[in-house]
Amino acid sequence: MPITTDQQIKGINFSEFAFRKILFISAISIVILLFCFFLTLVASSLPSINTIGIKFIYGVTWDPVSDKFGGFPFLAGTLFTSLLALIIAIPFSLSVALFLGEYFRTGLISAIFKNIVELLAAIPSVIYGFWGLFVLVPLIRSLETKIGVAPYGVGILTSSIILSIMIVPYAVSLTVQVITLVPADLKEAAYSLGATRLEVIRNIILPYTRSGIFAGILLALGRALGETMAVTMLIGNSHIVPVSIFSPGNTMASVIANEFTEATGKIYLSALIEMGLFLFLVTTIINIIGRSVIKRFSIS
Amino acid sequence: MVTTIKYREFKNKLFKVIIILLTTVCTLPLLLVLYKIFREGISAINWDFFVNLPKPVGETGGGIVNALIGSVLLILVASVISIPLGVFTGIYLSEYRNTKLSYFTLLSVDVLTGVPSIVIGIIIYLWVVKTMGGFSAISGSIALSVMMLPSIIKSTEETLKLIPNTLKEASLSLGVPYYRTILKVILPAGITGILSGIILSIARVAGETAPLLFTAFGNPFINTNILKPISSLPAIIFNYAISPYEDWHKLAWGASFVLIIIVLFLNIITKIAQRKWKVQF
Repeated sequence: MPITTDQQIKGINFSEFAFRKILFISAISIVILLFCFFLTLVASSLPSINTIGIKFIYGVTWDPVSDKFGGFPFLAGTLFTSLLALIIAIPFSLSVALFLGEYFRTGLISAIFKNIVELLAAIPSVIYGFWGLFVLVPLIRSLETKIGVAPYGVGILTSSIILSIMIVPYAVSLTVQVITLVPADLKEAAYSLGATRLEVIRNIILPYTRSGIFAGILLALGRALGETMAVTMLIGNSHIVPVSIFSPGNTMASVIANEFTEATGKIYLSALIEMGLFLFLVTTIINIIGRSVIKRFSIS
Repeated sequence: MVTTIKYREFKNKLFKVIIILLTTVCTLPLLLVLYKIFREGISAINWDFFVNLPKPVGETGGGIVNALIGSVLLILVASVISIPLGVFTGIYLSEYRNTKLSYFTLLSVDVLTGVPSIVIGIIIYLWVVKTMGGFSAISGSIALSVMMLPSIIKSTEETLKLIPNTLKEASLSLGVPYYRTILKVILPAGITGILSGIILSIARVAGETAPLLFTAFGNPFINTNILKPISSLPAIIFNYAISPYEDWHKLAWGASFVLIIIVLFLNIITKIAQRKWKVQF
């Protein structure tokens, strides 16, 4: 029979101590990592914040050669594409969420559609961009010729369509989660009063899940704001303020992707990093709000 | 206003039809993308495609061997960095559920999930590329490892939460030290859940392009030195897709096909694994 000696106990105690420390260090390193992200971004954008200041937000000329860094065209492009993508995506994601969370909760049909939506999320952004470039752009171009606007093909609308395809699965998975949490007795009470399914959805499910659905849409917006590759390939990369859904433009993420490696000059690089800081802050706030709403929802 | 039952039932049916219709439309993009990639991709693929380097403009043929090796190397190194850190953090979160640190760690993980990949690229550029004085495979791997962390941590935490306390208590009551209980009893009990999280995170970063643009950069030749720039499948797709040359587009379709097959394969394995070896007690 093995006897545990003092020496061995000491060894075990040490391993125990080391193990707990490793766990603790791993966990705290994630928090530190995120904090350092923020500090690095702030520190590296300081040159730009100091020299350009508030003009960074409303300035409309982006001309690195003459040291003019107005970020408004990109801010407008980012908001324009993301909001348009949301408008396209919301009816679809709500439908799919109701389909999976209410009409077909179980069974083969549900499984098939669920898997399709999940695979939609699995396709890499760069492949969506590539596909958009060779399938969607010609389609939009012929549409533009038909209605008589400049046939760029690339532009706000093209990017928004691809973006909406990319954020639907994300919005769906969050929304289904809250729709399935609606208490059955609430729905049954409404049915017993003679409500049709549509009336149950309108008067019970939607009001009950309102905050959850809002959070889902908010998180989808967060994803759309930072999406880079597909948008970079489809938006046309022109430094103008987009005036219509057909005009080419640029988003913050795509201008970073295009110009970061070529950015010579301290202010130029710093201005691009400031855009990164902006994206970081916006997505962080969106995520904290969205997640806390969803968490509160799933607890109640 | 009087609404008859017939009218209400009509509306009800109409709504259901609309829902089914919109849901069906939602599946179209997947089918269209897969159809296009398969049609264009298969014709680009042959043996040479997997063993040759890309040819310069004007010459037909050529392959993507540099990108294949690059992607595998990038992901391997990224996994070596992120798996231990992610699994240990996941263990911490499931073991210490109500501490202040676990609250902030969970919050950080949620935030990290949402950080745009291009921003992670910027940070790793500032941290690694600038310090080392040039683009390198290791910086690309670090960027990818940051992107893998949230899903590894989440899947570890959520799997280990399902494992009943009695299992742990039984092991501890037999005199097994705490760290051995975790590593030899709890972790193996949830290994399928953790593994599927890891595979999913690999599937996710295999197609990531944005963080590699200014870290791993790209390389027209085969490179296995992690301190030198390296090519990758998504980077090659991006560069060739936006080029004006027909031959390069063909390479990009082939590379997209390979990438899609890898990503779908990894996703399907996880699905099967999750169903077959579900962690449950």
